[in-house]
Amino acid sequence: MRSSNRKALFGLTLFLILFPVVAMNVSAIGHYLDVMIFVGIYCLINMGLSLLMGYAGQISLGHAAFFGLGAYTSGILCTKLSMSPWLAMIAGVGITALVAYIVGVPSLKLKGHYLAMATLGFGVIVHIFFNEEVSLTGGPSGFSDIPGLSILGFSLDNDLSYYILVWSLVVLTLIFSLNVIHSRIGRALRSLHDSQVAADAMGVETSRYKVMIFVLSAMYASIAGSLYTHYVGFLSPSSFDLFLSIKLVMMVVVGGMHNIWGALLGTWLLTFLGNEWLHVFHDFDILVYGAILLAVVMFLPDGLVHLVPRVSRVWKRG
Amino acid sequence: MTKITLTGQLVQYLFTGVTVGSIYAMVAVGFNIIYNVTDIINFAQGEFVMLGGLIMVFFTVTAKLPLPLAFVLTIAAVTAVGALMERFTINPLKNASVLTMIIVTIAVSILFKGIAMFVWGKDPYIFPPFSGSKPLFIYGAAIQTQTLWVLLMTAVMVVLMTIFFKKTRYGKAMLACADNPEAARLVGIKVNTMILISFALSAAIGAVAGAVITPISLMEYDRGALLALKGFGAAVLGGLGSFYGAVVAGVLLGIIESMCAGLVSSGYKDAVALILLLLVLYVRPSGLFGNVEASKIKEF
Amino acid sequence: MNTESSPVFLQVENLQKSFGGVRALKGLSFKVVPGIIKAIIGPNGAGKTTLFNVITGIFPPNDGAIALNGKFIEGCQAREIARLGVSRTFQNVEVFGRMTVLENVMVGRHIQSRAGIISTGLRLLGMRQEERQIRESAMHHLAFVGLENRTTELAGNLPLGEQKLLEVARALATDPKILLLDEPAGGLNTRETEGLAALIHRILEQGITVVLVEHDMNLVMDISDEIMVMNFGEKIAEGKPKQIKNDPLVIEAYLGEEVDYSDL
Repeated sequence: MRSSNRKALFGLTLFLILFPVVAMNVSAIGHYLDVMIFVGIYCLINMGLSLLMGYAGQISLGHAAFFGLGAYTSGILCTKLSMSPWLAMIAGVGITALVAYIVGVPSLKLKGHYLAMATLGFGVIVHIFFNEEVSLTGGPSGFSDIPGLSILGFSLDNDLSYYILVWSLVVLTLIFSLNVIHSRIGRALRSLHDSQVAADAMGVETSRYKVMIFVLSAMYASIAGSLYTHYVGFLSPSSFDLFLSIKLVMMVVVGGMHNIWGALLGTWLLTFLGNEWLHVFHDFDILVYGAILLAVVMFLPDGLVHLVPRVSRVWKRG
Repeated sequence: MTKITLTGQLVQYLFTGVTVGSIYAMVAVGFNIIYNVTDIINFAQGEFVMLGGLIMVFFTVTAKLPLPLAFVLTIAAVTAVGALMERFTINPLKNASVLTMIIVTIAVSILFKGIAMFVWGKDPYIFPPFSGSKPLFIYGAAIQTQTLWVLLMTAVMVVLMTIFFKKTRYGKAMLACADNPEAARLVGIKVNTMILISFALSAAIGAVAGAVITPISLMEYDRGALLALKGFGAAVLGGLGSFYGAVVAGVLLGIIESMCAGLVSSGYKDAVALILLLLVLYVRPSGLFGNVEASKIKEF
Repeated sequence: MNTESSPVFLQVENLQKSFGGVRALKGLSFKVVPGIIKAIIGPNGAGKTTLFNVITGIFPPNDGAIALNGKFIEGCQAREIARLGVSRTFQNVEVFGRMTVLENVMVGRHIQSRAGIISTGLRLLGMRQEERQIRESAMHHLAFVGLENRTTELAGNLPLGEQKLLEVARALATDPKILLLDEPAGGLNTRETEGLAALIHRILEQGITVVLVEHDMNLVMDISDEIMVMNFGEKIAEGKPKQIKNDPLVIEAYLGEEVDYSDL
């Protein structure tokens, strides 16, 4: 692993350890632990989206669907078939990967706007499915009483234990993703981003890798969905709608889509904005979201993470 | 007796389908105008329709202006919005990647949605139909007179667009940009101006669609995305860039959707159009009416 | 089958390619025997780059056959052809601009490595060894073309001459049996062109057959074993450099390019 990544990973881990210590001792931000769990869940999805958008150069406006597939599979298997949550999570990943493969193979033959619309359309179809298959999904009102998670008989029923679970998975997934980026597969992906024709001539199986990353990103989203289900204990289609898909892309873009750390930064910022800091704005948070996204794309196309080296340079200069 | 009811129902579905389909057609034409000149798919296209509907509500219900005046003012307002969008977001981003352009137009669509929610809240709005709410009866089906206005406006738009692109200097210049922007620039066409006009024009068409459909289907702040998606479906189905293809495909999509809603399941009616969109994209991205070779050469 | 003993390495028969109504290749046939430098020359628009693009699988031909070592490859995907030992450079340089010089060449090692997503994600032992080999091999090829001091720079920031060398290193990294160079000297100065001639000879010494499309006649006459001349999608002459120099058809084709009266 590169030294810059190692340093950043060390910093992240330190932050993750210190965060609950501070949050649990300052009552004003005591509930931030809860927000951080959601940040972690969305980070899982967005790391995959970052691989897909920033490294493979493909857009997906339908990732809420994969998130939802994982969530619903976990929820349904656990409540209706009393399956073990961990098995259900694995089943969810399997089903989601299969769906992603079936959708991905024809979709990723499309380019640019067509791909964006195809994934958008897919996301809306899945959302309609969640709404309409009442006997399976509970329809628009959803269903509740989904059991929590436990490890070796130790129940993860408080925020701290769930925080540790979610963020351990985030860090492991991050390391996995960084390893993929700095390997022949990551180079293959970036090469087809820069010149598809040269990548082809070098024997890179471009379409295979696009589909592979699409499926991998769907699997991340599915795990995130399962974690979400067991944390919230309640599911309804509105948590997996079109706007979530767009919000996820927004987080990645605002953070900086050509860098997986950007995805983490964007997710952290926009989730805190959405869940916490924008409450001041009540109903017109959409307006603020739109303005932020537009401003970043127009004036900071590489995302906020691009500012980090500049800031640290200023910092070092003292 | 049941036979008559069935016929009546089918006629009803047909009219509903054609009406909704006309709106999809107008959205699709809006996509095509911008696509033809710039190669951009404007994800905020549906928002023009939403704004058209809600601004019309403002002028007729809130400001109590006479209908024709309100109609003209609505079109003018949304046209201005389209032009502003181009000037402030599209124009500064010359040579941006496709991915960036997609995200920019999505950002604008979110912004419009947010503004609409800020101004009008989350409730759906309606204003009275253009010529009263007394329905016409055709083959046992009750047809709202507003339906006829929708069809009339679609027809007027088709004629006006044809005249604009075939007969006027600006229209021809815009087609030239679509063909070959470099060559167009060389012969002295201001490509920048043409792009501006394309956004204004496509916003105007969106406004017309929104203004005529609101008395039938109501309008609220978050209607844009689905309208855009289905309008895009119509545009692709008709062959992206093709004007008549868009109209035929839009109406077809509307009819299929309405028949499905009436005869099969109303819950899945939105899914039908989208599944159709996916199938067309997967199997024949050049559209049903466009041929594969010609999809390279943009025709209006 | 022993590939080394096969007398014909690349054989093209009656190759045809049209774009819309334009016939870029009109039934072209030729052979390349192993261990030579073969140049393809001809006026602009003769179909040389199209020929390369069809051989390397960027476009399928409309008709005709391409055989590599007796195996028909026409209509294969570019990536399949790369795996059969055909590599190339591009007329309009196609380096991976946002990747470093070293990473560019490492992509060239792609088909010679196999780690999958799980072993890369988990950095399993085999993957780490393979990664080290990829890096060493890439360094070796960079040194071979003389770019060993540029490894950490972004490829897009290199001057044109070095980008062309980088493309050669990247192509060599695939361990090709035959290397297609599309105008390698285009945009190079005299000194760089001399270096290129030496480089091409060294490539040949590695046992790699070289086919190049080139406009620089001095270079072509200097290094080629065989020359094929194309015009309007057809072969108009083929032979040793001396024969080509004196061929009346060739002279006419080139005069026609310089003073084209037909267009007036």
